[in-house]
Amino acid sequence: MTTAEPPAVAIEGVSHCYGKRQALNDVTFSITPSAFAVLLGLNGAGKSTLFSLIMRLYAIQRGHIRIFGRDVGHASSEALRMVGVVFQQRTLDLDLSVIQNLTYHAALHGIGKQDACARAADVLARIAMSERANDKVRNLSGGQMRRVEIARALLHRPRLLVLDEPTVGLDIKSRADILGYVRRLVAKDGVSVLWATHLIDEVSDDDDVIVLHQGRVLVHGSVSRIRNAADAQDIRTAFTRLTQGADAASEAP
Amino acid sequence: MTAELAVSPKVTGFLPVQYAICLKGIVWREGLRFLHQRERFVAALVRPLVWLFIFAAGFRQVLGVSIIPPYETYILYEVYITPGLMLLIQLFNGMQSSLSMVYDREMGNMRTLLVSPMPRWFLLSSKLIAGMAVSLPQVYTFLAIAWFWEIEAPPLGYIAVLPALVLSGLMLGALGMLMSSVSKQLENFAGAMNFVIFPMFFASSALYPLWRVREGSPLLYYVCQLNPFTHAVELVRFALYCQINWISLAVVGGCTALFMVGAILAYDPSRGFLARRGEPGGGT
Repeated sequence: MTTAEPPAVAIEGVSHCYGKRQALNDVTFSITPSAFAVLLGLNGAGKSTLFSLIMRLYAIQRGHIRIFGRDVGHASSEALRMVGVVFQQRTLDLDLSVIQNLTYHAALHGIGKQDACARAADVLARIAMSERANDKVRNLSGGQMRRVEIARALLHRPRLLVLDEPTVGLDIKSRADILGYVRRLVAKDGVSVLWATHLIDEVSDDDDVIVLHQGRVLVHGSVSRIRNAADAQDIRTAFTRLTQGADAASEAP
Repeated sequence: MTAELAVSPKVTGFLPVQYAICLKGIVWREGLRFLHQRERFVAALVRPLVWLFIFAAGFRQVLGVSIIPPYETYILYEVYITPGLMLLIQLFNGMQSSLSMVYDREMGNMRTLLVSPMPRWFLLSSKLIAGMAVSLPQVYTFLAIAWFWEIEAPPLGYIAVLPALVLSGLMLGALGMLMSSVSKQLENFAGAMNFVIFPMFFASSALYPLWRVREGSPLLYYVCQLNPFTHAVELVRFALYCQINWISLAVVGGCTALFMVGAILAYDPSRGFLARRGEPGGGT
């Protein structure tokens, strides 16, 4: 008998309601370690709700979420230590410098200042932001802020990185830079990534794709599997067919 | 050969030193934020000084104060209201810290705190301690200015009052934190502050002794007695003269615990108001 490594993240039968409005409905999927997984869905599909549940900002009403085998509901501290997160909304303190934001985050993970500074220097060098370390975040561009947020998410050396539409509002070059950097993290460092987006051009042929629509997982698998499921030539057409089909099914009497 | 899913290698809990690092980080950030807001410091001082130098000077003759504990002689009205003004600084500071929590929630910064793997109760307690710590230099600066105005307490009183200020600062901060958890927007909270700060301050022993209040309105006297701010004022007043008002200590301690537990429950993802409202979220 061998012991297989648990999934980087396993979502099992997760449902979530805001009052009477159902945001997630029996969502189930898992991501293998060191994979780049794309959570693809239109605005309002439930991506941010799912991220909030993964990060325990909301209590899990139904189902389970496990991060490398640790239940977020019951062992949240252990689970959260293995996750780095970049939210859709900016969460940096604009009045602090880049390095101050990073050391503050490190303190929230119990990492001392000396160690934090060394780690910060390392991650800032990797995202080519070393020269801006002492600048106030307020003075950075949108793309640079996103890079700092990614650096911050990596500071405590998580095994799973979850990013909620991290390229929204950025120009083409900044988007490509950030996407490329995160993909290199997967390839070189073996970090597992869950990347939520509604931008289909961010999906690569090698990615693991979860199509989320109206709070449900429509299909999960490789890009070729998604294409086959929709009998389409490309992922864009497949996504459109799948979501329109789901809309039509839900509107049917 | 079968495969079995395992959990990830053992993740050990946090060491006490890591808790200390986290607390230090939160206090440091609150301190930095305070330093960045110089106007806040000036406003925090000007407010009680206006009361002390203008209001108290004008009302000195009207509002006579008899000999009441902890005072052993007749005192100037300025001396009487000094503890209340110290608490006014802490009251505004507590509300300001909580206002910043609402702002952080709207701006998204709050999520940085809440996704920390440290226990939620510890994070909120640290935030509370940080807010209280910021109030202390403000109060002591006010006392220093008052000293030049010849409003002097016994020298040991300046040390003895510190624990009382810590406790009262925690109580007022916890109250603000509880309020911030039920407030959806910055504007709502700013409005709610007016319903708390002024009634709490005026319906207390901060500006006039309670026996005077009872003469004017017995009902208001009982309201003042039920106001935790009254007990915070009395706790500080007695501590400034190296004495302990045990009833006030019990009330302030009890209220601190009550407000704190309420705030922790309110920010708890499984029970709190945030989850019910769908915050802190953004999209869906």
